[in-house]
Formats: sequence, structure tokens, C-alpha cells
Amino acid sequence: MTQLIVKRLLLLPVLLFIFSVFSFIIIQAPPGDFVTSYIAELASSGSSMDQAQIDALRSTYGLDQPLTGQYLKWIGRILRGDLGVSLDWQKPIGELIGERLGLTVMLGLLTFFLSWALAVPIGIISAVKKYTLVDYFFTIFNYIGIATPTFMVALIAMWLAFSWFGVSVTGLFSSEYVDAPWSLARFGDLMTHMWLPVLILTLSGTARLARIMRANLLDELNKPYVEMARAKGMSEWHLIIKYPVRLALNPLVSTIGWYLPLIFSGSLVVATVLNLPTIGPMLLRSLTNQDMFLAGAIVLIYCLLAIIGTLVSDILLAWLDPRIRMES
Amino acid sequence: MTDYRLLITTTISNMNPDNQSPLLAVNNLKTYFQLDEGVVKAVDGVSFDVHPGQVVGIVGESGCGKSVTIKSILRIVPPPGKVVEGEIRYWPQKQATYEASGFDGSVDLAKLDPRGKEMRSMRGSEIALIPQEPMASFSPVHTIGNQLIEAIRLHQKVSKKEAAEMAIERMHEVGVPSPEQRMNAYSWEMSGGLRQRAMIAMALSCNPSLLIADEPTTAIDVTTQAQVLSLLKRLQESHNMAIIFITHDLGVIAQMADYVVVMYLGRVMETGPADEIFHSPQHPYTKALLESIPTVHSASRTFLPTIAGSIPHPFNRPPGCPYFPRCVDYMPGVCDQLTPIIQPVNPKQAASCFLFSDAAEDVEPATVKSKR
Repeated sequence: MTQLIVKRLLLLPVLLFIFSVFSFIIIQAPPGDFVTSYIAELASSGSSMDQAQIDALRSTYGLDQPLTGQYLKWIGRILRGDLGVSLDWQKPIGELIGERLGLTVMLGLLTFFLSWALAVPIGIISAVKKYTLVDYFFTIFNYIGIATPTFMVALIAMWLAFSWFGVSVTGLFSSEYVDAPWSLARFGDLMTHMWLPVLILTLSGTARLARIMRANLLDELNKPYVEMARAKGMSEWHLIIKYPVRLALNPLVSTIGWYLPLIFSGSLVVATVLNLPTIGPMLLRSLTNQDMFLAGAIVLIYCLLAIIGTLVSDILLAWLDPRIRMES
Repeated sequence: MTDYRLLITTTISNMNPDNQSPLLAVNNLKTYFQLDEGVVKAVDGVSFDVHPGQVVGIVGESGCGKSVTIKSILRIVPPPGKVVEGEIRYWPQKQATYEASGFDGSVDLAKLDPRGKEMRSMRGSEIALIPQEPMASFSPVHTIGNQLIEAIRLHQKVSKKEAAEMAIERMHEVGVPSPEQRMNAYSWEMSGGLRQRAMIAMALSCNPSLLIADEPTTAIDVTTQAQVLSLLKRLQESHNMAIIFITHDLGVIAQMADYVVVMYLGRVMETGPADEIFHSPQHPYTKALLESIPTVHSASRTFLPTIAGSIPHPFNRPPGCPYFPRCVDYMPGVCDQLTPIIQPVNPKQAASCFLFSDAAEDVEPATVKSKR
């Protein structure tokens, strides 16, 4: 078990290196750079720069160097713990995304735990009570959850909140707390805003997971070991929880690896709609403005989260299933 | 009741069952599967008795309802299967399960709630199962020890430590080498033979009076088969258990069973002591089955006799006797019109065939309420 974890941890820097190269290439792929989009922005507001100014700007940002040079400079700084300065915001990136990252992870984890806490019992009940009213109810609920885009749900929620209660549910803080330092009151205010995006994001996550859980459990319920447990004289719920549910959880746990990053990136549209101060909208803006250092840092952080998610799911799987433990 | 229990302890395996009240009496059992396409009568009027310490072999081709019969007895028929008619009388042998029994000391298992406490107290404790596939019947993510201890503690009030000791003792008894280490092993870490032995250890863990072995040797290779069979025979004698042995292998039946029930398409064709069934089979189906066994004495390079035709599709069951389309003694106008009832043909054997008796079921077939 420890061997498995150590192995995976050793793999982490290698994976991060590969991801950093690819994310750098992809971010550089669109034609032009930050300066071109900056000039375009200036032009649209009526002013312009002469060539000398542009060249000066390029050399300050290192944009006149070849790609490999730019990459090495960037990755070197990151290795020293410096994420660089955002070209667009003219602020250190660490400072820029610090709080947003915290809020994003918090939103993601809350969504993750809530959707698991709902999906697993729903999946179990739907499978055990297959083709009953309860199952049909959850099936309809799940299809709605899967088929409705989350931003649509967010828009409907905003509209309902505004037309019924006259409140605006955007953002994660009330106006007096937006720039206030952290305090218990600010945290309380955060919680009163957090539940709605969490609920909106949970809806689709729960639906997806519950469908997987139901299908897995249906496969397991007909296995001979379930019949054997029955023949031993175990009570129905006891045996279902101990045997088939345990086995049906395996494939679900292996989805954690891609589910965690999905929550972070999937929340982008919802976060934009609801105007949440999370990382998603910032990534969107950095990409449209070709703010390559900020975008690179965010993509790298996403990669790190994906790797951590995979690691967590691998460890959980090994803990759940002795067959996987033996293999490694 | 007390003298009855005394009798069991003095029973020998080859006793004459006629002067003894049974352990299990299945009477006109019908288990139907209500499917969208129609009703599958998996078990359609099966009757047989099992006496204490007796080995009853149920033999028949695949799909003849053997497995559904024993699942009906254990009340673990998978949905949409349902016991729709008949009695499964069982005489409990343990103090704990007496409460459920009626005036004659028996319980009609067919009337119990399959998931209820009474039925659950029977399973494992009074009637234990040895499944067909030990590999798939052990959970792959729980240790053998965990599953054995669980089986013991379900029916006996003992601590985990005591249960573990009992489990090790059982594993030792069934010939699992170094049982202490096997307790921490998973089923997939063991060989097929060992897995089946561990399964037998689990079945024996609560000292059942009736052991149901559902083709226990089909999933293991031939050399191990013989070992498992002789182990079962030895355990049956030392524990004085009754065994219902299900197989399609007549050789295994000859080796194991005292009494034989021959099934075809959910109905009992013939019953009788093993000797009589093998040496003077009465029913045309039993005869045909026995003729299709290759022997060392048969002339070489000749075709092995087989039963003509094939088993009808469950939705397309012939009217009358289910065997008539393949029967060599088919009597037109009788066998395809009426359904025979099992009747004694001599003091020891009974058969369900118009060659021996005119007794037939009512023309009006039993109707099943279509309820889902």
C-alpha cells in the first residue's frame, strides 16, 4: 500500500513536467501574443503605439525570445515558487489567484461530497427497488439532472430568486464583505452565498453518479455471492450494503480521478453566469487576452488537481479492493 | 418430538426411510416465473421427501428445474420467480428454530416470508447451501475468514475470537491445509478444490441438518471432484446430515445418493432408491438417460445412444406429459392430451407415466394470477 503511494508520488513531478510543456504549447498555439491583443484593445479605444514602444514591451515580457527560451524562463521561475506576473492585471499571479483558488477548491469539494452523499444512496435505492415508483422517480430526476446544462439551471435559479424574493444571488459575498479581510462574519456570509452554486453544480453531478451507481449495483445484485449471503441467512439490507454495494463502489471511486477536475473546469460557465470569484472566469479572461503566464499557471494548477484526484482515487481503490492491492 | 431427535442421532445413512418421519417433505411445489413473454413453469408440481441422514440426488438435464427447486426450498428464488403453490414442510432440529414450527413440529417454508426472520433463521443454520461456483460465491473483496466468521455469528452467539477458532476448526475438518493462514486469504488466492472445501466448511459451520449441494463439483477438475465427493460423503456420515445433491452427472448420483429424484421440465418423472433407479428404471425417460451413459463394456466405434429431439423451449411446453415428444413409448391421444401424476409402480419406485397408471391431472390447467 505504502509502496503504491510512494510510486505514485514519484511519478508526480514527471507528469507535471509533461503537462507543463503541453499546456505551454497549447497556450502559445493561437496566433499573436499578449502584446498583439493589447494593441488591438488600444486600437479599439482609439489610441495606438509606435513600433519602438511595441518592441520595448515585447522585450520586457520576453516575448521576443524563441519559444523554448520562453518556456525555460517560465518553468524556471515556477520551480522557484514564483508563478510570475500577470501581463493583463500587472499583479503577481500568486496574489491574484490565491483566494480564488481557495474558493474554487472549496466549491469543488463541497459539490463533490454533496453529490456523492446523495448519489450513492439514490443509486442503491434505485437498483434495489428496480422498476418501482421510487426508481422511476429518481430516473426522471437523473435524466433532468443530466440533460439540463448547469448554466441553464443557474439562470433559472437567479430568475426565480429575483422574481420571488427580489434578491440577487450572484457572487459569493455580500457587497460589504467582498474586499474585507477574513473573519467569522465573512465566512458566514460566504456560506449564505455558497449553497446555491453548490446545489446547482451538485444536480448534474448527482444525476451522473447515481446512474453509474445504479447500473453497477444492478450488475452486482445478480452475482452468486449475493445469493450465497442470502443462503447464509443474512438480512437483506445488511448483505446488500456489505457485499454488492462495496463492489459497486469500485468503478465509482475510479471516477474521482476525472470527476474532481471536471467540477473545477465544469464550474466555469456557472461561475461566469453567477459571477463567482473563482478561478474559472479568470482563466477564461486570461485566455481571451492571451495573458499566457496567468493562463499557464491556472492550467498547471488544474493539472495538479487532476493528478491529485487520480492519486486519491487510486489509493481509495487499493484500499477498497484487495485485488488491486495485490497487482501493484 | 424428543424421541424423534433421538432417532436422528442413531440414524444411519442407508436406513430404510419408510418407517421414519421425514426431515423435509416437498409437496406439489410450483415455482413460476412471470415474464413479459409469458409464464415459465420452472418447477411444476414437484414432490419428494428427504429423511434425516439421507442423501437424495436430484438428477436431470439443464433447465429441468433442479436449481429452482432447491432455491425454492431455501426461499431464495430470484425475482420474478415465485413459489405459487405447494408445501415445503421442514421439521426443525434446533431449539432456536422450534418456535416457528406447527403442531406436528414442522414448518411450511413455502408460507414464510422469504426475507423474514423465521426463514432467515432456517437458512445456514438448519439448511445450508454448497453452491455451484465457489469462486463467484465468495465475495472477492472479503477474506475467507471474514465470511466464515460472519456465517457462524449469524446463528450462534459467540465472540469474533471464538467464531474464528470455530472457523479454523471447520477448515481443518474439511482438509484445508494450514487453515490459520487461509483465514486471511481471499477466494481468488486459492485453488478451485480448496475454495470448494472452504465453501463446505462455511456450510457446515452451523451444523445444519440438511445440506443442499447444487452441482458442487461441476466447477472443479475431475481429480479434485472425486476428493470433494468423498469428503462430502465422509462429512455426511460423521455429522449425520441429510444431503440434497443436485447434478446432471449420473455417475456422481450413483456414487453419492441413497435415493434418486429424476426431473424433466419442472416435473418429477421417477423416484426411487438409487439401486432400483440404476438397475430397474421404470420411466422411459430414466431408461433413455441411463442408456446414454458410455460404459467400458460397450462395443467400440459405435454411436452412443442419445435421447432423440431436444428440450422444448420454456414458453413452448407441450401439453400433456412434458416428455411425450421425445418418448419411445408415446401413446397418441393419451400422452399429448393428459398430464400424468406420479404414482407408485412397485413398493419402492414411483413414476409419472401412463404406462403404469391412468391417474392424470385435471384437464383444466392450474391458472396463475397474473400479478407483477
